[in-house]
Amino acid sequence: MKRAVFKNRGLPYLLVLPQIAVTLVFFFWPAVESLRLSFFKTSPFGDKTFFVGLENFQKLLVSPEYYQSIVNTFVFAFGVSAIALGAGLLVAALATQKVRGLAAYRTAVLWPYGIAPPIAGIIFLFIFHPSYGVLPYWLGFVTTYEFNWLLKGWVAMTLVIIATAWTHVGYNIAFFLAGLLAIPASVLEAASVDGAGSIRRFRSIIFPLLSPITFYLLVVNLIFSFFGSFGVIHAVTQGGPGRATEIMVFKAYNDGFIGLNLGSSAAQSVLLMIVVIALTALQFRFVEKRVIYS
Amino acid sequence: MSADGAVAASARIEALPRVAEAPRRTRLDWGAVAVHALLLLCVAVIAFPLYYAFVISTQTVEEVIARPPVLRPSGHMFQNYVDAWTRAHMARLLWNSAVVAVVSAVGKIAISMLSAFAIVYFTFRGRMLCFWMIFITLMLPVPVRLMSTFEVVGTLGWLNSYQGLTIPLMASATATFLFRQFYLTIPNEMAEAAQLDGAGPLRFLWSFLLPLSWANIAALFVVLFIFGWNQYLWPLMITNTEAMRTVVIGLEGLIPRSGTELPTWNLIMAGAMMALLPPVAIIIFMQRWFVKGLVESEK
Amino acid sequence: MKRWTVVVLVVTAVFLVGVPSESLAKTEIHFWHAMGGQLGETVNELVKQFNQSQAEYEVKALNKGTYPEVLTGAIAAYRQKNPPHIVQMFDVGTQTMLMSGAIHPIFQLMKEQEIPINWGDFIKPVTGYYSKDGNLYSMPFNSSSPILYYNKDAFKKAGLSADKPPATWKEVGEASKKIIAAGAAKCGFTTSWPSWTMLENTFPWHDQPFATNQNGYTGLDTKLLINGEFGVKHIGQLAAWQKEGVYSYGGRMGQPDPKFINGDCAMLIQSSAVIGGFKKSLKFEWATGQLPHWGPPYKKQNAIVGGGTLWVMKGNKSTDYKGVAQFMRFIAEPHQQMWWSVTTGYVPVTQTAIKNLEAGYHFKKNPEQWTALSQLSAKPTANSQGHRLGNFIQIREAIESEMENIFAGKKTAREGLDAAVAKGNDILKEFAAANKQ
Repeated sequence: MKRAVFKNRGLPYLLVLPQIAVTLVFFFWPAVESLRLSFFKTSPFGDKTFFVGLENFQKLLVSPEYYQSIVNTFVFAFGVSAIALGAGLLVAALATQKVRGLAAYRTAVLWPYGIAPPIAGIIFLFIFHPSYGVLPYWLGFVTTYEFNWLLKGWVAMTLVIIATAWTHVGYNIAFFLAGLLAIPASVLEAASVDGAGSIRRFRSIIFPLLSPITFYLLVVNLIFSFFGSFGVIHAVTQGGPGRATEIMVFKAYNDGFIGLNLGSSAAQSVLLMIVVIALTALQFRFVEKRVIYS
Repeated sequence: MSADGAVAASARIEALPRVAEAPRRTRLDWGAVAVHALLLLCVAVIAFPLYYAFVISTQTVEEVIARPPVLRPSGHMFQNYVDAWTRAHMARLLWNSAVVAVVSAVGKIAISMLSAFAIVYFTFRGRMLCFWMIFITLMLPVPVRLMSTFEVVGTLGWLNSYQGLTIPLMASATATFLFRQFYLTIPNEMAEAAQLDGAGPLRFLWSFLLPLSWANIAALFVVLFIFGWNQYLWPLMITNTEAMRTVVIGLEGLIPRSGTELPTWNLIMAGAMMALLPPVAIIIFMQRWFVKGLVESEK
Repeated sequence: MKRWTVVVLVVTAVFLVGVPSESLAKTEIHFWHAMGGQLGETVNELVKQFNQSQAEYEVKALNKGTYPEVLTGAIAAYRQKNPPHIVQMFDVGTQTMLMSGAIHPIFQLMKEQEIPINWGDFIKPVTGYYSKDGNLYSMPFNSSSPILYYNKDAFKKAGLSADKPPATWKEVGEASKKIIAAGAAKCGFTTSWPSWTMLENTFPWHDQPFATNQNGYTGLDTKLLINGEFGVKHIGQLAAWQKEGVYSYGGRMGQPDPKFINGDCAMLIQSSAVIGGFKKSLKFEWATGQLPHWGPPYKKQNAIVGGGTLWVMKGNKSTDYKGVAQFMRFIAEPHQQMWWSVTTGYVPVTQTAIKNLEAGYHFKKNPEQWTALSQLSAKPTANSQGHRLGNFIQIREAIESEMENIFAGKKTAREGLDAAVAKGNDILKEFAAANKQ
C-alpha cells in the first residue's frame, strides 16, 4: 500500500466511519447472528428459543431435499454459465473479424443486462407458456411432446436457465470484447499472414489469450447464478414443479420466510457462506494469476 | 491487479468505436458478409424476447391468447399502458425504484470515496483492520445473511422504509477498491503540492481528487444505479405495504397466481416494458460509462 | 400591531396543530388481508360500510399479498412490536396462530369488551375448526369449500345433460372422455389448490383420516395418513387420467383457473370463493356440483371449511380493542353476513343468515351458492372436523411437490405419497419440538 501523506489524528477515523458502520451493522452483525441462529430452534413468533447444537446442520445433511437443492443449484449455475459464456464467446469471436459497426452490435447485445432477472423471467414465462406461449406452439410442429413447465421439471429448469442467461450474456460480451481489443493487432496480423484460417486462428491464438478472462467470467457467472438469480425462480417457478428448480438460495429464503423454520434457514445461510468463500478464494487465485499475465 | 491495468483497460474500451469504425476498402468480402449475417442473427435472437414482450403489450387479451400467435404489434398499446399504469400504481413504484437506485448508488459512492481516501492518504492505527473488514464483505452477499439482516433491520425499526431499502445496499467493497486503485495512480506529488499550498486533506479531496474522479464516479453510478434498480430479494422482504414496493416487485404482483379472470398478459407486459425501460435506456445512452464501470468495478 | 401579530400566530398555530389532530381523532384499526381482485374490492366495501356506520374508529384494510405473505408480514410486525390489530389467516395457518402466543382469542375479546355475540348461531363445521376447548379463537370470515364447476356448453356439445353434473369420480372420468371425444374441450377437468381440494378435503369428504390424533386435534405428535389405500387409489387415478389427458394438472393455488375460463378444460374443482368473479367474467354457461365422491364403500361425510378467519393480535393499545370488537360484531351481523356471501361465493356461517337467505329463495335462485353449504351440512366426525397441523404451509408445499412428481410420471402414487408423508412427518416433528410446553 502507498505511503500516506496527511497527518491527522481523528479525521481518518471519521472518514472510514460511515463505511465501517454500515459494514458492521449490515454485514458482521447479521453474519454472526446467522451463525448463532443456526444452533437454535426458534418458534415463528420468536417467543420460544431452544439451543439444539448442530441439529439444524445434521438435519440438512441427511435431507434429500437439501441434496436436491444443491444439485439444482449446480445444474442451474453451470447451465447459465455455459449458455452465457458460450454465446458471449461466439459473438466476441465474430467480432474479432473487425467488421464495420462493431460498436452498434455491442449496443445491440449489451442491453439485456439492464433487465432485472425476475422481469426476464416473466417474459420467458410467457414465451414458454403451455397454452399461450409462442415456443410450445412452434415446437408443436416438430413434436407432440408437451413442454409443460408446470409439470416437467427439466422444462422449468430450462426456462429459468435461459431467462437468466439472457440477462447475463451482454455482460460477458462486454468483457470478451475488452479482452479481445487488448490483444495487439500485430499478433492477429502475424497469425493471418501465416494463412491461419479464422477458426483455427481463433482456437490456437486468441482463445488461449482470452482464457484468463474466460476463467474469471466463469467464476463471476457462477456467483451470479448462485445468488443473483433468486428473482427468476421466485417470480416464475417458485421452486417447482416438485422442487425441480429449488436452488439453495431459494430454499433458504423459503424455509425461513415462508416455512418459518428460522434455525434451518440460518444453517443454510451458513453453508452458503462457505460456498461463497470457496468461490471467492478461487477468484482471488485467478486474480493473482492475471497479474502475472499482464 | 495493478491500477495501471485498470486505466489501460478502460483506454482500450474507449478505443473500441474508433477501431470498429475504421473504414475498410475491400471488395465485397464474403467473409465479412457471413460475419455480419451471424452477428445479426445473434442480435435477432437476443432481441426477440423483448420484441415479443412489446408485441404482447400492444394487444388485447383475445389477441394474446389467439392461436396461431400474433407476432405483429396491435393497436391497443396506449390503452394497455394506461391500464397497467393505474392498476399497478406505476408512478409510485417507479418513484420508489428511482429513490432506491439513486440513493443507494450515491450513498455507496460517497462512503466508498471517503473510506478509500482515508485508507490511501492517512496512516492510522487500525488502517489494515479497516481495509480487511471492508474487503471481507465481498464474501457475504445479501442472500447469505438473509434472515438475520432482516432481523437487524427490524431491530432498527427500518422495515418498510427508505432507510431500510437503501442503506444496507450501500456497503460495497468493490466501489471502495475502485477508488483505492484510482487514488493510487495519482502521483503523490500532487498531494504534497497541495499541502505546500496550505490545503488540508478535505480541501484536497474536494478540489483535487473529486474533479479527477468524475469519470470513475459516472461509470460507477451507472452500474450501481442498475444494480439498485434491479434489486429484488431485499425489497421483497422488507417492504410490506404497496406504497413502498419497488417496480420489480410490484410487477411480480401482476402475475396471476389465482384469479377469476383470464390473466391480463398484455398489461403484465406493458408493466414489464415500463419497469425495464429506465435501466435499459441508461445502458444504451451511457454505454461508454457503463462498460467502463462494469469492467473496472469487477476487478 | 404586535398584539395582532401574536393573535394571528396563535390562530395559525392552533390551526396547523389542530386540524391534523382533528382528523387523527378517529382511532385507526389495521386489518391485513389476503384478498385480491374482486374479493379485495368486496372487503374494501365492507370496511367502508363499517367506517360510515360509526364515528370513533377507522378500519384500514390492506392487501398484503398471499396468505403466507400476510402471515410473514404479521410475524415481522409483531416481533417489532407494531402488529396490525386484525390479521386474516387461512385454515392451514390455524395451528401456527393458535400456538403463537401472539393472539387475543376472539371469545375472550368479546367478553372483555362486553359485546355479546351468539356463538351458538355459527354453523358447526366452522366453530369446530377454529375452536379450542369449546371456545372460538378466531372470527369466522371467509369460509368456503371446494366444489365442481362445469362448462354447460361443453357438456351439451358432448351430448351430456347440462343440468346433471357428475357426482362420482367415475362419472367425472366418463364425462371427460366424452367431452374430449366430441371435441368440446381439450381436457376433462383441472384442479386448483391441489392439496386442499384433492387431499385435505377429499379425505374428510369420504370420512377418511388425514392424520393421526384426530387430524391433529388431540396432540402435537401427529403423523400424516394420506399414503393409505384410499389416498393411493385417488391420487393414482388422477395420475392415470393425467396421462390420458382426462385430467390436466395446472399448477398450485388458483393458477389452473384460466384453463377453465378459456374453455380448455370442461370442469374445474376450486373453492366456492370464485363464484362472484366467475359470474362477472365467464363467457359461457356454467353451473356447479358437489365435490365428486368415490361412492360406496366410502361414506359421504362433509367437506371441511377452507378460506380464512380473522385473528386479533396482541400488542396494540388496549383502548383500540373496543373498536376491533365492534368491527367483529359488525361483520357477524346477519346483514353483512348475507351481503358478503352473496357477493363473493363464500358460505354464510351463521344460521340466521342462512335462514334469511332461504326465506328469500336465494339458494333456489342461485343454486351455485347452495353447493358449498350443502357439503358442510353433515355432522362432522373425528375425520372431518378439520385439520390442526403445525407448519401446515410447509406440509402443503411438500405434498404438492410430490403430487407434481406423481402427475409428471416421475413417481408412482404410492412412492410419491410415501415421500410426502415422510417429509410431512418431519415437519410435524419439528413443529412439536419447537412448541413443547
